[in-house]
Amino acid sequence: MSNQDSNTDIPCEQQTVKFYQTGTFTVGNRLLDEGCRTVQATAERANSLDSGHRACQGCGQALGARYALDAAMRATDNKIIAANATGCLEVFTTPYPETAWSIPWVHSLFGNVAAVASGIAASLKAKGDTTTRVIAQGGDGGTTDIGFGCLSGMFDRNDDVLYICYDNGGYMNTGVQRSSATPPAARTATTMPVGDNPGSSFTTGKFLPAIAMAHEIPYVATASVHDLHDLERKVEKAMTFRGARYIQINVPCPLGWGSQPALTIKLSRMGVECGLVPLFEAENGKLTDSTKIRYRIPVEDYLKLQRRFAHVLKPQNTHQLDAIRKIAEDNIKRYNLV
Amino acid sequence: MLQQISGSIAVAEAVALCRPEVVPCYPITPQTHIVEHISTLVKSGQLKNCTYENVESEFASMSLCIGASAAGSRTYTATASQGLLFMMEAVYNASGLALPIVMTLGNRAIGAPINIWNDHSDAMSVRDAGWIQLFVESNQQALDVHIQAFKLAETLSLPVMVNMDGFILTHAITRVDMPTQEQVDQFLPPFIPRQKLDTEAPLSIGAMVGPDAFTEVRYLAHHKQKEALNIIEQQAAEFQGIFGRDSGGLIKSYYAEDAEIVFVAMGSVVGTMQELVEELREEGHSVGILSIRSFRPFPANAIDKALANTRHAIIFEKSFAVGMGGVLASEIHMATVANDIKISSVIGGLGGRTITKKSLRKIIESAMQDELDTEVFLDLEGTTVVRELRRQQEGQSSGPAAENILRDMGVVSASKTH
Repeated sequence: MSNQDSNTDIPCEQQTVKFYQTGTFTVGNRLLDEGCRTVQATAERANSLDSGHRACQGCGQALGARYALDAAMRATDNKIIAANATGCLEVFTTPYPETAWSIPWVHSLFGNVAAVASGIAASLKAKGDTTTRVIAQGGDGGTTDIGFGCLSGMFDRNDDVLYICYDNGGYMNTGVQRSSATPPAARTATTMPVGDNPGSSFTTGKFLPAIAMAHEIPYVATASVHDLHDLERKVEKAMTFRGARYIQINVPCPLGWGSQPALTIKLSRMGVECGLVPLFEAENGKLTDSTKIRYRIPVEDYLKLQRRFAHVLKPQNTHQLDAIRKIAEDNIKRYNLV
Repeated sequence: MLQQISGSIAVAEAVALCRPEVVPCYPITPQTHIVEHISTLVKSGQLKNCTYENVESEFASMSLCIGASAAGSRTYTATASQGLLFMMEAVYNASGLALPIVMTLGNRAIGAPINIWNDHSDAMSVRDAGWIQLFVESNQQALDVHIQAFKLAETLSLPVMVNMDGFILTHAITRVDMPTQEQVDQFLPPFIPRQKLDTEAPLSIGAMVGPDAFTEVRYLAHHKQKEALNIIEQQAAEFQGIFGRDSGGLIKSYYAEDAEIVFVAMGSVVGTMQELVEELREEGHSVGILSIRSFRPFPANAIDKALANTRHAIIFEKSFAVGMGGVLASEIHMATVANDIKISSVIGGLGGRTITKKSLRKIIESAMQDELDTEVFLDLEGTTVVRELRRQQEGQSSGPAAENILRDMGVVSASKTH
């Protein structure tokens, strides 16, 4: 997409948007030059993930996947092949004989999507095809747990694949069980809060973006579905690199989080604004940029809209709340969020 | 061209002549020499337009094969034993997705107890996985059958596994006739995939299939394997036309139609049996061999026909289903159920134990005297087994059986007694 329709010659990143015009932090499309607007605002959008799929109301993953894939399509002149791990995204998009994908798409297994994508990239390399690009995508369980070995191998070999993890903090497709990306204290079907015990333990879990950075791959970013311009920008930026890239998108899951479907965007924004979901970018293992929190909110404002954290807000569990506050504090320091 | 090389190098050279485009690999004994050699062929530029990937596990190796094959590349890998088990989920997936991947299995035992030597436990563990499974008797056959495997896989759009005995074949240096690139190109046309991930013609591959269509999809897999029964024979004949060698096919009979007692076996043990059978026939005995070269698809009709005049079939296997017995024996029994053939199951060569002509002669001599049991473990050390069984009866804390047996045999020094 070019800037040819634009009224000005100012590059998108440098356009000044007057937020008071919308009264929110949303960067309204109307305020940007046409060429800088979201890919979803154009008639040329790829509709990679088309309508008619069977995601739940308010599914953050469906939203994130649609924006991410269409942005990647715009960045590559519609030359994307996608591999998908088993999980919600796979199930709700391809109940045989229907498919919601209008791009070449393959699903193999739960734990091997990174390797399948590596295989596709190896095939393109053998054929000398440098224009077609590969995206692997999966949920947090398929990424941080069962698919972790293959993902680390893909990072290690620096295969030319963009891996997108849609992180909703659990195995939602199988009925909300804990993954290693489940936030501490969260209630899941396998981490029920009992007595003084929190839901998921405070001493467990892993943050994959940091592990991806430790592999010193060309590009790592985190994104959130409340800021879709930022998500699109990061995906498009990822496509400017060759080699292994990793983007983790925070996607609320109304079913698993016990939240109202209408609050998906609000919750994803609040996760960022309270410090629990740091948004940043890193290149070759080094942090290059992070999104500053503009108005910091207390973590409890974020937690109280989710049934999975209800126990944390009980008077007897202030120690759990304090521990979560500390995680937010640590994130703010580690990723320079204020 | 005649060459004096190991089975692994012969296979690597043959695979390279087939122009694979993607070769992901993970090392495991006894197949490592194959992938090492292919790696060198790619790096030196002798094998062009091929991406070689050192991956982090066999599960990744087969998964890369799946991605590469779905993207339309001719794809090859090799594994053995534990490696095959580690990639198992992807092994089923490759055949479920109907991807024509070719894989060498350097047949090796499965632990525990860990054992790197040859038997067929690995191949038998994937007998229901939907792959075509071919067995070879010699290194020349290994070389030849790999060339046929690519053509077979791509004709049917099914993955093909070539089984060659670990060490006995992979590491044996023998004379092989290496075909020319022109010969291989004449036999094996460029790969035209039945399905392909293509940005110009987008497809979804690997959708969820429910009860409404699952039976039909699975039946088709079975149907395709049955089609393969004809295609394997046709392509073996075509191969013979170009290369002048009888390699591959469904079965190979050595006097089987004309023998009262017939050994049925797969792989390199057929070579030992051939020597024995020649001797016995010179002594005037009516004995023969039926070599099963295609285990999947299982050529039941061809076997039934070949054993039509057989009185006693001795099914020799290098693996068995624990708690059931010989797998090949029960399948041969099914195939010949209309004939009145006596069937004995002989299990031998487990974990690399040498199969001697002497031991096989004893088996066949007891069959001649009608004294062969229906289930025999070749060269089983009965006293060792009895001693361990007694130990287990005497106390609950008898310790690990494998270590106890090694101590009894004097393989390890006894540091602790029970």
